[in-house]
Amino acid sequence: MQRQSVETQSVAYAGVSRKVRRGHSPFGDRLFQTVLLGAAWFVLLVVVALFVELIVAAWPGISSLGLRVLGNAKWDPNDGSFGVLAFVFGTLVTSAIALLVAGPIGIAVALFLSDLAPRWLRQPTGMLVELLAAVPSVVYGLWGLFVLAPVMRGYLEPALSKSLGFLPLFQGYFYGVGVLTAGMLLAIMVLPTVAAISRDVFNAVPIEQREAMLALGATRWEMLSKAVVPYARSGVIGALVLALGRALGEAMAVVMVVGNKPAISASLFAPGYTMASVLANEFTEATGQQYLAVLIEIGALLFIVSFIINAGARLMVRKVATERRAARG
Amino acid sequence: MNRLALRKAWSAFMIGLAALSAGIAAATLVVVVLYVVSKGAPALSVSFFTHLPRPVGVPGGGVANALLGSVVVIALASVVAIPIGALAGIYLALFGRGRLADAVRFLSDVLTGVPSIAIGVFAYALVVLPTHHFSGASASVALGIIMLPIVVRTTEEAVRLVPHTIREGALALGMPTWKAVLLVTLPVARPGITTGALLSIARVAGESAPLLFTAFGSQFWSNPISSPTAALPLVIFQYAISPYHEWQQVAWGGALLLIFVIFALNLAARLVLGAKFAR
Repeated sequence: MQRQSVETQSVAYAGVSRKVRRGHSPFGDRLFQTVLLGAAWFVLLVVVALFVELIVAAWPGISSLGLRVLGNAKWDPNDGSFGVLAFVFGTLVTSAIALLVAGPIGIAVALFLSDLAPRWLRQPTGMLVELLAAVPSVVYGLWGLFVLAPVMRGYLEPALSKSLGFLPLFQGYFYGVGVLTAGMLLAIMVLPTVAAISRDVFNAVPIEQREAMLALGATRWEMLSKAVVPYARSGVIGALVLALGRALGEAMAVVMVVGNKPAISASLFAPGYTMASVLANEFTEATGQQYLAVLIEIGALLFIVSFIINAGARLMVRKVATERRAARG
Repeated sequence: MNRLALRKAWSAFMIGLAALSAGIAAATLVVVVLYVVSKGAPALSVSFFTHLPRPVGVPGGGVANALLGSVVVIALASVVAIPIGALAGIYLALFGRGRLADAVRFLSDVLTGVPSIAIGVFAYALVVLPTHHFSGASASVALGIIMLPIVVRTTEEAVRLVPHTIREGALALGMPTWKAVLLVTLPVARPGITTGALLSIARVAGESAPLLFTAFGSQFWSNPISSPTAALPLVIFQYAISPYHEWQQVAWGGALLLIFVIFALNLAARLVLGAKFAR
């Protein structure tokens, strides 16, 4: 409601300014408008340049090796084998682990912050969760390498192997650094994304939705799970997809704990490699045109995939906000 | 009746789980930060801030060149990205109707989610390849692109919140639009715009991925704009994965310094915004 009135006001304001401009300093105003417009176009231009430049730079790789590299799992640049399938696999698996862990916890945190916590606790807890997003990824990597990886090797991986060891996922040596550790670290890193956006979406669910459910005799949890979460569903999915985008593109933290071995392994304990982390690890060491071209191709692929994912997520989050505005008139 | 008790118990259980999740999330932050403080504090000394890195085995040494590199690279990015982003934000807030404005808004939102390492590859292809050498300036290009959308969106929000009546008041007194915006609207929106600028700096201060193949790193003093330069997040990365204990020690010290600076920027951003509401 607040927002809509601001919009109608600025429409009225633009009308006024048009009349005023005729009498006063048309040159100053025209210049001002041009500068503002130029800045807006600049933002647009940056995005276009990103697309064009990345595709142009990746072109030697695309034209010589094409998308065949996606179906090839053998990565041995010294031997001329440029298969990126292992990186794609590692990226998908680490991101999936991150979402499986951070998704439910993040949504629970969001419900806690929007509905369950006592009022005095909401702001401080929310701030702590937001600061979790402010910690740089290289610091997470450092912490993951020296704290999380030993904990995984010494406690979590043996425990998983003991209880779920019949699954191939949880068999094999305990390395500490590996796909599972990278996924857990990513979970910590994307948790604030899920929690903060879901909280905003839950806050946007009309109070009537909650009151009606409680008036029907629902418990608080039934009210949340049957009236609030379903109403906010597309926004929550949007938050999860945004988190996925973050997890897919994270380079520094992952490169320090994933093990950096271009292999596809059934075990989550085994070391792996991701698209972003191979860029971080090998880009400056790439010798030869083709090696570098393939790495740039991976970068371009990462850019395009995450662009699509983010665009989709934004549309979903936006949909909830506009629906709510429409519902409130 | 029995069923009701069951439903209530289930509800209490699930609410307890949600509270536990929030506790876990908050505790994670505390654990990470406390660990970095405990490991990093012993590494911080005067020489950490004033000396160049020393080879392995030589005691002492610091990251002075990386601090200078980080400051210069971020300053250069800010000088370009903050004004352009703020102007684009003002455009969106005041004249932002139509397809261009929608596209800019949407693409800014999407740009905030693009992996920083992909932006690093872009800066490499755009600046490093044609000039044939790594440089701090190419790192500034990458960081500037990361800052831009944050500044755009926060500025738009800040300017939107300014009541239109004060602009109209200025216009009614005969001010041209540009003067009314610059002299009346912007001063009111300034805390919000400053917050956005501080948050964008906080965001890029910890970025290391886009610096890998732009700033590249250096063990010596170098011109932080035209040559390969050290930067704090890069040093943390390079020293953390080194096998030497002294270097890992420096990495922890750097991590503590970085977290301190970033949290301080976040806090400052909140305080600036808080001051506006207090007035």
